[in-house]
Amino acid sequence: MSIDVDVALRRGAFALDVAFAAGAGLTALFGRSGSGKTTVIDLIAGLVRPDRGRIAAGGQTLLDTARGLDVPAHRRRVGTVFQEARLMPHLSVRQNLDYGRFFARGRDETTGLDAGAIVEILGIGHLLGRRPAGLSGGEAQRVAIGRALLSRPRLLLMDEPLAALDEARKAEILPCIERLRDEAGIPIVYVSHAVAEVARLASTVVVLEAGRVAASGPAEAVLRRADLTPLREGEAGALLDMVVATHDAVSGLTTLAGPAGRLFVPRLDRAPGSPVRVRVPARDVLVALAEPVGLSARNRLAGRVLALDPLGEAAVLVTIDCNGARLAARLTRASVRDLGLEPGRPVLAIIKSIDFDPQGVGTGQRPVEI
Amino acid sequence: MLVLTPEEWNAVVLSLKVAAVATLASLGPGLLVAMLLARGRFPGRALLDGLVHLPLILPPVVTGYLLLLAFGRRGLAGSALAEIGIVFAFRWTGAALACAIMGFPLMVRAMRLSIEAVDRRLEQAAATLGARPLAVFLTVTLPLSLPGILAGAVLAFAKAMGEFGATITFVSNIPGETQTLPSAIYTLTQVPGGEAGALRLTLISVALSMAALLLSELLARRLGRRLGAG
Repeated sequence: MSIDVDVALRRGAFALDVAFAAGAGLTALFGRSGSGKTTVIDLIAGLVRPDRGRIAAGGQTLLDTARGLDVPAHRRRVGTVFQEARLMPHLSVRQNLDYGRFFARGRDETTGLDAGAIVEILGIGHLLGRRPAGLSGGEAQRVAIGRALLSRPRLLLMDEPLAALDEARKAEILPCIERLRDEAGIPIVYVSHAVAEVARLASTVVVLEAGRVAASGPAEAVLRRADLTPLREGEAGALLDMVVATHDAVSGLTTLAGPAGRLFVPRLDRAPGSPVRVRVPARDVLVALAEPVGLSARNRLAGRVLALDPLGEAAVLVTIDCNGARLAARLTRASVRDLGLEPGRPVLAIIKSIDFDPQGVGTGQRPVEI
Repeated sequence: MLVLTPEEWNAVVLSLKVAAVATLASLGPGLLVAMLLARGRFPGRALLDGLVHLPLILPPVVTGYLLLLAFGRRGLAGSALAEIGIVFAFRWTGAALACAIMGFPLMVRAMRLSIEAVDRRLEQAAATLGARPLAVFLTVTLPLSLPGILAGAVLAFAKAMGEFGATITFVSNIPGETQTLPSAIYTLTQVPGGEAGALRLTLISVALSMAALLLSELLARRLGRRLGAG
């Protein structure tokens, strides 16, 4: 199951020319507002027609301007979750969920999840009799996700589904999206401008910049790059896929283990052995040549300098290979010169553990190569 | 004093019949035109808009005379329709046609405004869920614009109850056939001793109009509750 998108469109001063492919799992379309993310979603859903292009999903061509083919939105079977829930105000929650189901009757099941499982994962069973006007933003968005899934889509699009919600509501929906990504078995294209969400959810990341693809590839490789605009404000960072090793009741810390070594984070309520993905922002990584003495930071990973990439005038992004896992550190040019950093040099990466972002901790999937 | 004579009673019943038929018959075409004006992008849209609104600005007598020219016994449409048994001239059906034409702009206007107010993003969402355009119209656009459609129908009904100029010009003032409430009141004011009858019919006219308005208000509020918070 894969998605192939290659589209171009011009609307006044805005030009979009985007090509990417995505496989199973969750593909994040990542970029600032105005970079064309939502337009790409509308194009895939069939709500906007491009000037030229080709879109295919799961081996089925949805659009091919060269052949004059344009499958209308209602026959594309592309489930779409919009930024606002867009529930039908005149229907109850149950009727909203049944809406897509009704039109999908006779189609093959695509998600491998029956209605009961979807309602359970989203935790919306107690809302069925309610009206959309009486729902909170988070509840409405969960119903909207359920409605899209129940229409038996071959592909699920999510256009910043959390953008309009506060942190508490986001925290309530993110685990649902993680479970759907792992259990629904259909590819998800997820639009976001929030690096924490992308880091937590994405297998593949496509970075959009001013209507063009600036980078695409496995999440851990793309999110380490500090030269991409959406990541510039100190947001670049490494993704480390680890597992929960032990919990220490005395210190209140959880130990995570991975190829790079061990990391200590504030207690995580996950069973030992469960996969966890953490994000280490490049600005929170220090580099030392030798084991420092009398330093409070407990998280130290040994590795070798892999590459040095200049970041503007004064900064350098240092990529460090820690036994196969890659860390990124944002240092000043002066520090790099003083330490004599060069590719191949053994170093110690020191991570300020307090900077582990709880929102950035998710049940990571192995990045999928496309 | 408050007891109606058989002629007056006839006029009341005829008026209700004419207004009801005019309103019901306009609903379909009204909705179609409102939809075209709200959503359509086609050449001649401005012309259609103008044509629909014409009865609102033309003197009713002119509208009535134009109807007489078109649908009279010797009119182009009138003679053609007469062959298949449909006659408007000097019949109550003609009164209904005149009322329908006069109420049409009011009906279309209310419907169009409420269709334009429907959030098109909901229609897009419905399409992504697999609803064909007709299904989108029936399950999203129509129910959400129902309050406006209802308001349009009530306005058209009220207009039909009060229509005078076009009706009397087109189908004259025949008791029992085309003499509606306003025509009857007019007639009573023209004969000596008719004041009491005119007053009775006037009171009934006021009562019917008020009842229609209150009913529409009630229904709109119910619908509003169903569509909004609940």
